[in-house]
Amino acid sequence: MSLAQTQSIEDIKARNKDLINEVLQIYPDKTAKRRAKHLNVHEAGKSDCGVKSNLKSVPGVMTIRGCAYAGSKGVVWGPIKDMIHISHGPVGCGQYSWAARRNYYIGTTGIDTFVTMQFTSDFQEKDIVFGGDKKLAKIMDEIQELFPLNNGITVQSECPIGLIGDDIEAVSKAKSKEYDGKTIVPVRCEGFRGVSQSLGHHIANDAIRDWVFDKIPADATPRFEPTDYDVAIIGDYNIGGDAWSSRILLEEMGLRVIAQWSGDGSLAELEATPKAKLNVLHCYRSMNYISRHMEEKYGIPWCEYNFFGPSKIAESLRKIASFFDDKIKDGAEQVIAKYQPLMDAVIAKYRPRLEGKTVMLFVGGLRPRHVIGAYEDLGMEVVGTGYEFGHNDDYQRTAQHYVKDGTLIYDDVTGYEFEKFVEKIQPDLVGSGIKEKYVFQKMGVPFRQMHSWDYSGPYHGYDGFAIFARDMDMAINAPIWKMARAPWKAVPKPTLMAAE
Amino acid sequence: MTQNADHVLDHFELFRGPEYQQMLANKKKMFENPRDPAEVERVREWAKTPEYREKNFAREALTVNPAKACQPLGAVFAAVGFESTIPFVHGSQGCVAYYRSHFSRHFKEPSSCVSSSMTEDAAVFGGLNNMIDGLANTYAMYKPKMIAVSTTCMAEVIGDDLNAFIKTAKEKGSVPAEFDVPFAHTPAFVGSHVTGYDNVMKGILEHFWDGKARTAPVLERVPNESINFIGGFDGYTVGNLREIKRLFETMGVDYTILGDNSDVFDTPTDGEFRMYDGGTTLVEAAEALHAKATISMQEFSTEKTLPFIAAHGQQVVAFNHPIGVAGTDAFLMAVSRLTGKEIPEELARERGRLVDAIADSSAHIHGKKFALYGDPDLCLGLAAFLLELGAEPTHVLATNGTKGWAEKVQALFDSSPFGQNCHVYPGKDLWHMRSLLFTDPVDFLIGNTYGKYLERDTGTPLIRIGFPVFDRHHHHRRPVWGYQGGMNVLITILDKIFDEIDRNTNVPAKTDYSFDIIR
Ligand code: SF4
Ligand code: SF4
Repeated sequence: MSLAQTQSIEDIKARNKDLINEVLQIYPDKTAKRRAKHLNVHEAGKSDCGVKSNLKSVPGVMTIRGCAYAGSKGVVWGPIKDMIHISHGPVGCGQYSWAARRNYYIGTTGIDTFVTMQFTSDFQEKDIVFGGDKKLAKIMDEIQELFPLNNGITVQSECPIGLIGDDIEAVSKAKSKEYDGKTIVPVRCEGFRGVSQSLGHHIANDAIRDWVFDKIPADATPRFEPTDYDVAIIGDYNIGGDAWSSRILLEEMGLRVIAQWSGDGSLAELEATPKAKLNVLHCYRSMNYISRHMEEKYGIPWCEYNFFGPSKIAESLRKIASFFDDKIKDGAEQVIAKYQPLMDAVIAKYRPRLEGKTVMLFVGGLRPRHVIGAYEDLGMEVVGTGYEFGHNDDYQRTAQHYVKDGTLIYDDVTGYEFEKFVEKIQPDLVGSGIKEKYVFQKMGVPFRQMHSWDYSGPYHGYDGFAIFARDMDMAINAPIWKMARAPWKAVPKPTLMAAE
Repeated sequence: MTQNADHVLDHFELFRGPEYQQMLANKKKMFENPRDPAEVERVREWAKTPEYREKNFAREALTVNPAKACQPLGAVFAAVGFESTIPFVHGSQGCVAYYRSHFSRHFKEPSSCVSSSMTEDAAVFGGLNNMIDGLANTYAMYKPKMIAVSTTCMAEVIGDDLNAFIKTAKEKGSVPAEFDVPFAHTPAFVGSHVTGYDNVMKGILEHFWDGKARTAPVLERVPNESINFIGGFDGYTVGNLREIKRLFETMGVDYTILGDNSDVFDTPTDGEFRMYDGGTTLVEAAEALHAKATISMQEFSTEKTLPFIAAHGQQVVAFNHPIGVAGTDAFLMAVSRLTGKEIPEELARERGRLVDAIADSSAHIHGKKFALYGDPDLCLGLAAFLLELGAEPTHVLATNGTKGWAEKVQALFDSSPFGQNCHVYPGKDLWHMRSLLFTDPVDFLIGNTYGKYLERDTGTPLIRIGFPVFDRHHHHRRPVWGYQGGMNVLITILDKIFDEIDRNTNVPAKTDYSFDIIR
């Protein structure tokens, strides 16, 4: 049972502030000072959450963050299904990220699509010493020979590439020329760049701008006849099929989705996007860059939306529709009405089981705020949240539209802090990643992975909300959590003493 | 609308509904610029041919779907086998996030490890400050008894000197001067995760035995009667090490397991998160010097560690992940020879039970062809067991296998009539394996989770034995070593064989005459 419900808001704020001071005690002074800036208690009415973000992680603290390579290969580029993404450098990075993100797609893997494969240049010592450009060129030749139906190649740089002075741009250009203008994209996403996955997103966005958009001949004939209702889904990675359960709603309201970025996406879809009338942006953090670019260069407006939970979905459908004519506006209303009975049934079933339960989150760059509405639709309350690699604009959005007064905020939380916070606050559910899952389950706290949907999903859209509700209920109300402590250990101490 | 509150459909079923199928077909046709289906089919068929196989095997630069990981993964695996030890990987932080995820996905356990979080400035100026701050923070926050340092590519490429850095960090007061900070350089562009395991194991022993980087007197060896045991990098470490302890205890052997991570990768759920659990104590690690002998269960995981130990005056014996009757016999006889303890009747009976089980089931395995891949020692152990069962390990592949390894495998083939038509593939990957399975098919494939793509593409049924296994739960809790472990492997193989027979004989009015109730 959470403390939050029995305490006044002022009590909660005081407790959270004490908690922050308490965890800071553990650190050496210098670190305590740095970490203090990333922890706060949200004050209603403030324009942001009052934490610093997008700064270097402190060495040795067990940050949960990854690297720029993860942001580029793992997030932005990896899901583009008809291109081959070379993990360029030693074997490890590509191996650990091999098919680890559930970017669903359809295709004949190994023949015309390649998402769940691991292509690597498997650097050896000689490649480090003498450079890897020749090897890279040869790899591209071998790819052309063995995987002739690939529609393009990207080079995802691992740490060593930028340190040994390789010129992957030159190799890519030369090979592109040799293969009749084939799309070959060098990406400088070495893991040491920036402070997290975030810079990798940005670099990957820029690579699409420079090596895909800028290569499209101005007079190229579009592959389809444009319509007034063409939109592109930006920043949905189709985890467990999220982009599909979103696309279906956009189509049902009368829009035409001409591209998915990048879950189940293809090169042709990237290339077609400058023809969209509106870009709808789900993961702001990872793809705001390219959306802004398309706005500036092609005049395409973009619109952030949130497809978690019926309240936010309805709000988002109307917001998207507001960019179009009455036909689409009506369409949005029809879609909302169509799914209302399903949503009512889902809430009737699950809300009574979840009402009043508290949640603590720590996820990437979008979900720490975006899923809050879905929990609230189920009567649950998010009492703590934080971003692995959010920026200040994420915290602004969080403060202005999502979190409640007194919510505990933790940016780039360390393993130690997260454990202590959960131990003291005792939420009914923690939502975070695979590295955190078992820590909290050992403590007897129900947990859901909120990157991979714990191998479930989709969670986006109306169809996804039913699954989300089912999964949260399954996690919180699993009978096993009542059994974590051995019954004989639950006997109060005095009785034990008396028995001796 | 197919979604339903009473029976919630998730990705398994949802997208098979007609609305989604139609939507996805439209997406493909209109926006994906798809290849001509006939062309896809042509290439798909071509990729099955001997001609493709030849081109595939002619690859010199590209690696596709390798079955190996990088050194620091093995470094972390070895380090957590010591009491209250936190692995500290010097270099960029993204790598560490990957190792931790990798282990958590396999063991379904927490995996604690820190990084020195080097970024662009450290690439220019070196990572000394990251080491100084990092050690201080880790020491203060996680209260370890030991911090075992290894490196990512980044630190290796810029040439950071761990020995000097740790010394400086100690001078700056990051950790007390006498605090144990063993280290090993673990460049990812040399060897694989098994190399990293080897480097760290050696680094830790060197630290304790050879004077802690010149900060303590070199220990003098006073030989005793105990033996040391090193498991090597092993996805079955939880089950295996427990089984080995049971065997040693049954024999009354005085032993030390070096790098015992069987508890830290199998902690209970009881309300408490244990960042550290079990492990070889630091005293034991130091005193292991005095042991009479050291046994390594995996030669290729201990290529540097064993000679290091031998140079300190111990006998050393290396096995290749022994699985089955003869492998376990050789292991137990070596233990008996080294310790003077007899192999008790109880173990002879266990042996008899495994022989009994093989005899009962042999008819179903005899002559079956297997392809297998994995770490070099695991491949040797499994291939030897298959030969013992009268099966043929037709293709044996290790991406991190060397020429020396291949010679050993060939010698194993040569030792058995069932090995006559078998081939070994060092340094090849799973895309090579794909060609082999198409052009020279076998009955079953043995490998890790990633083998499921081969199973899907080639139709060769996959038996999951190896690391990582992400998509089946709890396999790592069962031993594959000892007679009991051999039994587990036998049952795993047999289950798949019987499932396949049933699957191939279950069409009513067609094949159901072979759908037998007794096998
Ligand atoms: S950068 Fe190097 S050490 Fe890090 S995961 Fe990649 S290969 Fe391994
Ligand atoms: S939703 Fe979060 S975890 Fe997913 S890609 Fe965006 S930032 Fe990353």
